[in-house]
Formats: sequence, C-alpha cells, structure tokens
Amino acid sequence: MSVVAVTSGPKRGWKSASTWVGAVIVGLAAFCAVFAPLIVPHDPFAQDLGKRLLVPFWMAGTDPNHLLGTDQLGRDYLSRLIWGCRISMLIGITVTIVSGIIGIAIGVLGGFLGGRVDDAVLFAITARLSIPVVLVALAVVGLLGSSMTLLVLTLGLLLWDRFAVVARATTMQVRNLDFVAAAWCAGCSRFRILSREVLPNIASHLVVVATLEVALAILLEAALSFLGLGVPPPLPSWGLMIAEAKDYMFFSPWVIVIPGVALFILVLGINLLGDGLRDAFGTQRTDT
Amino acid sequence: MIQFLARRLIVALLVAATVMTLAFMLTRLSGDLAISIAGPSATQEDIEIVRKAYGLDRPVTTQFLDWVARAVTGDLGDSFFFKKRVGALIAERMPVTLTLGLTGLVIALLVSLPLGILAAVRENTGLDRFVQAIALLGQAMPSFWLGLLLMITFGLQLGWLPISGTGSWQHYVMPGIVLAFSAVPALTRLTRAGMIQSLGSDYIRTARAKGLSRASILLKHALRNAAIPVVAIAAVQLGFMLGGSIVIEQVFALHGVGFLAWESIGKNDFPVVQAVVLVLAVIYVGLTTLADLMNAVLDPRLRGS
Repeated sequence: MSVVAVTSGPKRGWKSASTWVGAVIVGLAAFCAVFAPLIVPHDPFAQDLGKRLLVPFWMAGTDPNHLLGTDQLGRDYLSRLIWGCRISMLIGITVTIVSGIIGIAIGVLGGFLGGRVDDAVLFAITARLSIPVVLVALAVVGLLGSSMTLLVLTLGLLLWDRFAVVARATTMQVRNLDFVAAAWCAGCSRFRILSREVLPNIASHLVVVATLEVALAILLEAALSFLGLGVPPPLPSWGLMIAEAKDYMFFSPWVIVIPGVALFILVLGINLLGDGLRDAFGTQRTDT
Repeated sequence: MIQFLARRLIVALLVAATVMTLAFMLTRLSGDLAISIAGPSATQEDIEIVRKAYGLDRPVTTQFLDWVARAVTGDLGDSFFFKKRVGALIAERMPVTLTLGLTGLVIALLVSLPLGILAAVRENTGLDRFVQAIALLGQAMPSFWLGLLLMITFGLQLGWLPISGTGSWQHYVMPGIVLAFSAVPALTRLTRAGMIQSLGSDYIRTARAKGLSRASILLKHALRNAAIPVVAIAAVQLGFMLGGSIVIEQVFALHGVGFLAWESIGKNDFPVVQAVVLVLAVIYVGLTTLADLMNAVLDPRLRGS
C-alpha cells in the first residue's frame, strides 16, 4: 500500500540518499547497542588513574590502545561511547514503546468513538502539552532516586502526545472509508474493526511518529543525565559523559566533543530515516 | 465570538485545575515527605515534629484543598530551604527566565522567517534543500551540548561573550541562541509551508497580474497570510522555551525559575517544585489560549469550531 505522490524535484523516500544515510547510521547504532559487550575494546567501567585524559588518535601523544583516549578516571572513551550507544538506544526504544501504547490507545479510541470520549481525549492531550516535560521528569527522578526503569516510565508517561494526536487524526480519516462501513455491515465487532481494519491502515503514520519519538527520547535522556538526574553513574550515558567531562572541557575540548558528536549523529540519523519513511509511505508531515 | 471565547477560557481553566492536581501529586510521589524533609539523621520524634509543623499529619485531601485554596489567591506557601515566600522567590527569578525566553523567541523568528520565506520562494532548488537541511540539523542538536561548545568557542577562545551569570545583555546572547535552536526547525518549516501555500493561491496571481512589485507581493500579500499560523506557533514555542529553559539556565548559570526548580529538586524543597510546575504550566496555558484567540481574530473561519 504505497501511495506515491507525484512531485517533481528532489528524490524522496528510499530513492533519496539521505534516507540511506539515516538507515546506515541507525543500523550501525543498533549493531553497537546489541553487540556492545562483544565489541568494546576495553571494560568501559575499568578505571586506570595512571592513564587519565589520554588524547584521541588525531592529537599528538596519543596511546594506540585507546583510539578515542580516556576520561578523567582513565576509562577507555571508545568503550564508554559504544556502551553509551546501547543505553541511548535502549532508552529511546523502551520509552517509545511505553508512550506508543498509551498514545495510540488514547488516540485511536478518541478518533474511533468520537463524541464525549473524543472531547476527553482532546482535553487529555491539551493538559499533557501544558506540562513542562523536562521539569516534571527531573522532579520525579529527583524525588524518587535515579534508575533506568523510573526514567523510562516517566518519559513514557510524558511523551505520548504526538502518538495520540496522529493516531486520533488518522483514525478519524480511516473510520469514514468504505471498507470500514463494509466491515460494519458484515457484522464485525468493534474490536475486530479496530484491530483488523483501522490499526493496519494507520500503522505507517505511527511508525513515522515512533522514529521521531525515539530521537526525542534519546535527546531528553541525554539532557536529564547531563543535569545529573537521568541515568545513574557509572553507566556511560552520553549525557552523563558530557556532564562528567565538563570540568575539563576548557583544556581538553575533545572530552565533550566526542560524546556530543555521537549524540548529534545518532539523532540526526534517526530523523533522516523517519523523514525518509514518511516520504516512502506518502504520509504528511505531522510534527510542526 | 463570545461563545468561542467562553469555551476556550473554560478549557484553559480545566487544564489549569488538572495541572494543579498533577503538580500536587508529583511532590507526594516520594512517599513520606516528613522523613525526607527531616533528613537521614532525624529521630522518630523529629519526624513527628516536622510532620506537625508542615501540616503533613492532616489527610492528603485536606492538604490538597488547602493548597489549592491558597494558590488560587496567589499564596504558594513557604520554601523550606530559602525561608521565603515561594511567590516572592518565583517573582524574583522570573525576569531572568522571561528575558531568556523572549530573547530566544526573537532570535528564532529573526532566523526562521527569512529562511522559511527564502526556501518557499526558491522551492525545490538547492537553496530550499539547504534550508531544510538546516532545520534537520537544528532538530538533532542537543541544546546543552551546543551551549558548552559556544562557551568554549566564543567565551574562552575568542573571549567575545561572558560564559555565565546575568550581569549584562551580553550574558543572554549565547543562552538565547541555544534556546532559539529548539524552535527554529518548526518555525522555519511552518513559514515555508505557509508561504508555498499562499504563493500558489489566486490572490497572489491577481497581485502579479496587477503588476505589483515582487517585494510587495511577497511581504504584503503572501507573508501576511502565511504569518497567521506562525504567530500562533511562536506563542506556543515561547511556552515550550520557558519550560525547557531549565537545562540552559543550568548550563549558563542563569539564576532563573528553571535554575530555582533544579536547586529545589536537589533539596527536596517541594513547595517550590510544585509551584514552579504550576506557574510554568499556567503561563503555557495562557499563551496557547492567547494564540487561539489571536488566530480567531485574524482568521474568522476558525471561530466556528
């Protein structure tokens, strides 16, 4: 079911190089995340105070054993970077699963049932948008103590709004199409119509939202960890790596440049892939 | 119009009430507040004294209703740590956050309006793709990291700008740029989409046929119509920026409301935390309601729904 929009101009979807760049970046990150324990050159948690702040390979005086140098506690930077990728991907995907379940359930119900239910759904979305995400997430983690599970649940409970908006709008469109009317006439139950007719037809839109949501969750996790209320140390979250290296950044800028570039490239790759998927599915931009 | 106004205001009030409930529940998450306030070395009697002193021995519903009743009249309670009225504390810090938010918004508009217009006028050219690439890059940029990079470059190496504090207008330049980054992608895309739509419409063809100058067509006719959604989103973005400025205030050591919240979270100063959540949410609700009303005034078609 590909809807090909006839437009002139740049190549879109899988014909576009940027989509492939995104796919390669995400593929690499997924590989690093899954096989991190096997591919790290050193133990990312092992400290060696005799080898603190060794410089990366492009600077003079580098140690060939530590391609990206070492941090302020002598831990291998490349290993921590790879392990950090695992944490970012894990949080991005789990947060998206939690927020996706909530948002899609709410949105589909509102769009499908309409009336009072839909009013309630719209109200829930409005209320959710008025809550400052970073502040509330910080407060929850600050009051309850930082842990990965808590972080994922908190962000998942806060980031369902875009899923709900898109699921609601697309369900409303699909609800009025002929094949849904035909299913009603054939005597299908509400549940069957929702699961067999509506959901498969809005799935492509939801996949696009999901990719953008993974990117957002990764950025938020990094920001929270940077503020010291995200992933607990000594886990090498990229945000936490930047926070820990901050005191040394004026003399060794590379300590914050390396994890920051990794974060930037990963988020960019996910967004490129998401944009490409949206064009490939022929869906409209919904995030502005 | 009156009916539309009334409906929007009722929704805004309901949202504010919901956020109030959530903000209250948020601070009750940690279980027994008396224990966390009294500290780790407190004895059982100390905890009981704290419980009495802060009124935590009352039923939760009574505490909630009491807080709501006071908050509605503008009394947000006392800070545990700062030994001050929470209202006074927030009022003291608010100018910094507002200055930062408005600086960010102005910079974001100064960047995204011209970019969006340029991209629309040169649709599907290299320039258009370049602008869209900028939007994508902006979206992927971790704001706190950008802040640190600017500090290293412009603060330390070039020495152009101060790296932290709030002494002068120069202190707001870097944080403003960083904050603007988060809003530029959405605003640029919206300006571009709006301009493309309005440039393709009949009244622009008419204006061209009348022989109006290019600048007049672009700025007077096309932009005016494309600006309606941009103005609305700009108000919403300002709300997001005020809520998101907590990270940037921390990076640049700007002692605004976000910084206050961050300090208070670390000190279990829950009256301040719940008040900041409430105040930021109410400002956001106010801004979105204002944006809706502005839209309704500018575009009569929207009043029906």
